[in-house]
Amino acid sequence: MLKIHCPYCQETREEEEFHYSGQAHIARPTDPESCSDEDWGNYLYFRKNPRGRHMEMWVHAAGCRKFFNVVRDTVTYEVEQTYLIGHVPAGST
Amino acid sequence: MEKYSAYSLFKHALGHHENWQRQWRNPEPKKHYDVIIIGGGGHGLATAYYLAKNHGIHNIAVIEKGYLGGGNTGRNTTIVRSNYLWDESAHLYEHALTLWEGLSQDLNYNVMFSQRGVLNLGHTLQDMRDIERRVSANRLNGIDGEVLDVDGVRRIVPILNTSKNTRFPVLGASWQPRGGVARHDAVAWGYARGADRLGVDLLQQCTVTGFEMSGNQVRGVVTNRYGTIEADRVGCVVAGNSGVLAGYAGFELPIESHPLQALVSEPIKPVLDTVVMSNQVHGYISQSDKGDLVIGAGIDSYTGYGQRGSFTTIEHTIAAIVELFPIFSRVRMNRQWGGIVDTTPDACPIMGTSPVENLYLNCGWGTGGFKATPGSGHVFAECLASNDTPQLAKPFNLQRFYSGALIDEHGAAGVAH
Repeated sequence: MLKIHCPYCQETREEEEFHYSGQAHIARPTDPESCSDEDWGNYLYFRKNPRGRHMEMWVHAAGCRKFFNVVRDTVTYEVEQTYLIGHVPAGST
Repeated sequence: MEKYSAYSLFKHALGHHENWQRQWRNPEPKKHYDVIIIGGGGHGLATAYYLAKNHGIHNIAVIEKGYLGGGNTGRNTTIVRSNYLWDESAHLYEHALTLWEGLSQDLNYNVMFSQRGVLNLGHTLQDMRDIERRVSANRLNGIDGEVLDVDGVRRIVPILNTSKNTRFPVLGASWQPRGGVARHDAVAWGYARGADRLGVDLLQQCTVTGFEMSGNQVRGVVTNRYGTIEADRVGCVVAGNSGVLAGYAGFELPIESHPLQALVSEPIKPVLDTVVMSNQVHGYISQSDKGDLVIGAGIDSYTGYGQRGSFTTIEHTIAAIVELFPIFSRVRMNRQWGGIVDTTPDACPIMGTSPVENLYLNCGWGTGGFKATPGSGHVFAECLASNDTPQLAKPFNLQRFYSGALIDEHGAAGVAH
């Protein structure tokens, strides 16, 4: 059972309250008209799938219903930190 | 190699079964192979077997980091069916099902393939419409299938709760009589023994840690145990790690790895003689020959490589099973485990060439790879032997994620396996 700290509610709650929403920090193409098929394919379907530290989005579905970012280890499942949308994780440059 | 038969069983009974031949060798690797297959699960071993048997290539090694069939091959719920919606996947899985039907004879190994039928329940009007559509599509593709109403379901599984008082009442089902279950370990062992007999080297407890590259060409694999082993062609047939291997070769795959879990109960007397699956309430169940109820769950929503599942998923699955089968409410569970499945955006595998020369992919089978084992091996062997993608595998190329020609099987494949 994961315990996740919602950065909006400032509460640590069980995983049941949240939904996973995939990889975080995916930038939408700034100039969609000039994207090649390869650019679109990469944007739509190719995701980071690391063994270890992973930055991902979760939504507090049974709480404030807001999206936020989580850094989690995909092997130990340890949640390292959670932070607001638009921010970068603590400890990164 | 010793042929298994009633006579060999009788002969060894006289010797107290002490002198059975080993099923496969434990060889020292050669310096060079025509084909190296990474991954000694069902798909990898089947690929090696069909390469040697159908294409006359015998200088093959299968490299397995653990033991043969110890990954998802030995962790799934052993359901075999071919009732997929779209033509591309229906043809591929039906090809596999046809091979399943003759597999024990072909391998001289009892894989205990039991065509006890597979029921996919419908609980809503939309479910029933989808079932009508899928069964019609199946029949046009020559795959057996029937749409059953509630009475039909009740006749096949009398212990199923078909009352109107459940949260999601059963309205009907699709029924594939040729579907069923098989003994998963025996499938890996049968293919391993068959491949070994044809000269394939099975290298266990040997991890691939990189590729020997020259420019954009793979020349061999680097292993932790035997150093570099050269190969003309390399087939990547792994689950739960295909993204990591692709990373060694310098490209990415549209794959996310999720834990998928299963659990079995204590053995009980025969009570369920078919396979029951439900996408709506999210659970599937069959009874093994030993008497255990084999119960499957959905994948955990988040990505992960820990080979265990989350408790919330177990809870949801058991709730679904108990709602469908109140008779099982006091059965105790014996074991629970998880495997890592490599899922693709369209719930279909990736087969064929990769961005790197001489490296071929057969991965991304997601939650439904076991049923495809013979077909996957058969088709991928042709791919490796001919250096050309066979007709059945063509729609499953990596290029589809750029062209947009996805095969959206979430309806038939997304949940229940």
